[in-house]
Amino acid sequence: MKIVVCIKQVPDTKGGVKFNPDGTLDRGAMLAIMNPDDKAGLEAALRLKDEYGAEVTVVTMGLPKADEVLREALAMGADKGILVTDRVLGGADTWATSSTLAGAIRNLEYDLIITGRQAIDGDTAQVGPQISEHLDIPVISYAQNIKIDGENVIVERQYEDRYHVLKAKMPCLITALSELNEPRYMTPGGIFDAYDAEVTVWGRADLKDVDDSNLGLKGSPTQIAKASDKVRKGAGEVVKLDPQESVNYIMSKLTEKHII
Amino acid sequence: MNRMALEEYKGVYIYAQQVDNKLGNIDFELLGKAKDLAKDLNTDVTAVLIGSGIKDLADELAAYGADRVIVVDDPQLKEYRTEPYAHALASVINKYKPEIMLVGATAIGRDLGPRVSARVATGLTADCTKLEIGDFPLNPVEGKEQKHNQLLMTRPAFGGNTIATIACPNHRPQMATVRPGVMQAIDRIDGAKAVIEEYNPGFEPNNKYVEIVDIVKSVVDTVDIMDAKILVSGGRGVGSPENFKILEDLAEAIGGEVSCSRAVVDSGWKPKDLQVGQTGKTVRPNVYFAIGISGAIQHVAGMEESDIIIAINKDETAPIFEVADYGIVGDLNKIVPELTKQILALKAAKA
Repeated sequence: MKIVVCIKQVPDTKGGVKFNPDGTLDRGAMLAIMNPDDKAGLEAALRLKDEYGAEVTVVTMGLPKADEVLREALAMGADKGILVTDRVLGGADTWATSSTLAGAIRNLEYDLIITGRQAIDGDTAQVGPQISEHLDIPVISYAQNIKIDGENVIVERQYEDRYHVLKAKMPCLITALSELNEPRYMTPGGIFDAYDAEVTVWGRADLKDVDDSNLGLKGSPTQIAKASDKVRKGAGEVVKLDPQESVNYIMSKLTEKHII
Repeated sequence: MNRMALEEYKGVYIYAQQVDNKLGNIDFELLGKAKDLAKDLNTDVTAVLIGSGIKDLADELAAYGADRVIVVDDPQLKEYRTEPYAHALASVINKYKPEIMLVGATAIGRDLGPRVSARVATGLTADCTKLEIGDFPLNPVEGKEQKHNQLLMTRPAFGGNTIATIACPNHRPQMATVRPGVMQAIDRIDGAKAVIEEYNPGFEPNNKYVEIVDIVKSVVDTVDIMDAKILVSGGRGVGSPENFKILEDLAEAIGGEVSCSRAVVDSGWKPKDLQVGQTGKTVRPNVYFAIGISGAIQHVAGMEESDIIIAINKDETAPIFEVADYGIVGDLNKIVPELTKQILALKAAKA
């Protein structure tokens, strides 16, 4: 079985957030980690590898330094790493990102593609389903439990008040939740090997069946009108009133904000 | 898309999500917002209702502001599955050409939205908390056309550290998923009628149709505080496990759940799964009441993204007041029961 896992290097949201003058994120200026949902997706792939035997290829799109998360994935047990990086791919929204990743994955053989549900920087949860659409394969989002049954994959798909047990014929794309599992640590030997391992680097020219009009900032239908650090809370009001007035004060705020 | 093609797209549409053939609040919230937007654009509101045996729900959508309901009714649509639903919605978009398409940012909508937007080749902005009509770019830029009457979609990103306003100037429809609990529904208009159009694009099962092997509904015994829209959270200042009763009463009156700080769990007053904070759960409700909670940084890390924070504490130097939108210095034992009473009175008056 061949599994492709899409991972993303994301700024750790505990660090500060920086912007370029054009309103896009200045990723180069922030601390970087492997996105937690993606790490859960990788762990799910590695467990399938342990149980059924599989070749796990990790793909990331990003700046050259995103190589770091590929090496981390290799140290955890992935077999191959592919970095998709090119200036013309920068500033991509989810449409252009999914077009890019689909263009990379078309070069690979796969039975299963696993992505994280969402990245902690964008929080969109859109790229996984959009890749599946570009590749014309089924998608199962919000996966809780993944099993292989012959040529099918059986997954628990979570909703607010229930889950569906879904059976899909592979190839299929699954989006994983960080609640899915506890990702393994890198092994010391793995770290050593990953340092020397060769990571494949692809640029624009290596993407298959993707038009330039679907790539990068120019190929992004959505455009940022305005971006800013959220004004930190704390500019709120503090009042010191007698109990009855305090209650009136809270009631007026709850009414004003349409809470009650 | 060129200008001619863009101008073919008209009207504000919402995806009317139903589960077990029942509509939900998100539908009415989307209709409420759609009505505002339609007014600004001088157009009307269409709800797209997809399912099996769901035509009866159209009147309910009309009562909350739909001028027209497009019904896609087919046995293949009995339960939500990505492919037939995506096919249904994408086919409606291609046939009717909406200018704006709103979808709830629910577990269904956040699966359906991206699949559909990719199929009709337009942009999608996720989990919006504010939608308005305006110019893009916001201010004129030399050498760049400023487009009017654009949908400006505002959303938090970076775990709430940033806010971005997004436009989709050259593609249609302008699509957004909208965070539940944020937009305002209109008051129900009894007897309102919408124009109903039935449309069936045909459903041919293919490789993308997954099979539902089983449906397991969760038995609601333990609440997940991460799902709560309103949290009434107590700290050591509540004083005793028994005194949490006043918080439980408030939570019940306002339709929320009770959560707590680490000190309360450490004292054995409440179970760990109700704990908010760095070693507990990170919550982001619409309203977070911090009652008798001092606001240690570890607690704040788990709740500071809440939309509205209301803190009640007798110590005016408590750090919780630094993150609260509304801070009340006072005695929780006097304030909380009275607040509950007033909320109940208001509800009774409205009913």
